[in-house]
Amino acid sequence: MSLISEGADIGVPLATRSGHAEPSLATVGDYIALMKPRVMSLVVFTALVGLAVAPGSINPITGFTALLCITVGAGASGALNMWYDADIDALMIRTARRPVPMGRVQPGEALAFGLTLSAFSVVVLGLLVNVLAAALLAFTIFFYVAVYTMWLKRSTPQNIVIGGAAGAFPPMIGWAAVTGSLSLEPVLLFMIIFFWTPPHFWALALYRTEEYARAGVPMLPVVAGDVSTRRHILFYTLILVPIGIAPWPLGFAGALYGATAVITGGIMVLLAAQVLSERRPVERASKQLFAFSILYLFLLFAVLLVDRGWGGLLARLAT
Amino acid sequence: MNEPANDDGIVLTEAQKRARRSRSIAIAFALAALVILFYAMTIVKGPGVLVRPI
Repeated sequence: MSLISEGADIGVPLATRSGHAEPSLATVGDYIALMKPRVMSLVVFTALVGLAVAPGSINPITGFTALLCITVGAGASGALNMWYDADIDALMIRTARRPVPMGRVQPGEALAFGLTLSAFSVVVLGLLVNVLAAALLAFTIFFYVAVYTMWLKRSTPQNIVIGGAAGAFPPMIGWAAVTGSLSLEPVLLFMIIFFWTPPHFWALALYRTEEYARAGVPMLPVVAGDVSTRRHILFYTLILVPIGIAPWPLGFAGALYGATAVITGGIMVLLAAQVLSERRPVERASKQLFAFSILYLFLLFAVLLVDRGWGGLLARLAT
Repeated sequence: MNEPANDDGIVLTEAQKRARRSRSIAIAFALAALVILFYAMTIVKGPGVLVRPI
């Protein structure tokens, strides 16, 4: 594997004529942007829920350390993704202003930054929290960078279906940080995010098809077409909604969570059905589904946090 | 023979110096945070900090 991704060949001078490396103009803000702060915020939130709903107790400083390491590990994955994908990022409006395609951060700098953060996050999590959580974090980074970014993303329309696993691991890592083990409940949280990812990203891809096609990314609408993608969105939504409700009948969550999952799940199905009946160039339902899917995931995890995590914490404090 | 050597290396521009300084400060903060984190966790875990079952 080359140390410089295909993204390096985008007209950015890597060295001066004297042969010296070009001094960097990258600011701290550029390095923060490399870590994909918006993605990190979702990772932190889902990991926090995994940590809060896990049985047993964790010292607040240990919990903070676990969340910090998971956050930094997610940022490291983002930096390595931007290093490798700089060439296709430069071709898409949504990603063209990222630090590497803009030339503010050299590919080698992004690579070094990502590798350093990866090593630190995993080692610190292993040393200060527990080895299982560290191993899961290491696997998550590997899966996102090597399996999704380097392999699946450019080779199959199932890229985000399989690659979505990387985004689904954080609640499991949070759970493992508390318990040092895994069980059905964190696997359910994993499955909710795993099956949420395809309808979420395909809804986006439906109205960004041209960009993905120009960049040569084989997203489902590019390869299988518009109608097939809409069918897939509904199919995965119909799998997602029962899994979203499952923690309630399985006794992992209360009626508040159950009601939230049923109502928001119903809206998800309704929106997915509207996406199915919509045809290009109309994009309204796709955009609505994309936006609502974020709210859906946030609500499920937030209500679970209140139902199990904060509720349990308040009860413990009261006794 | 007494030709002045043009071996000053790279001379940073003001913008590059500012960027380097901001990066250096950020690295210093990150290292300080790491030291504090290890200190706090050692206090929290006490002697158990050395117990590491796999």
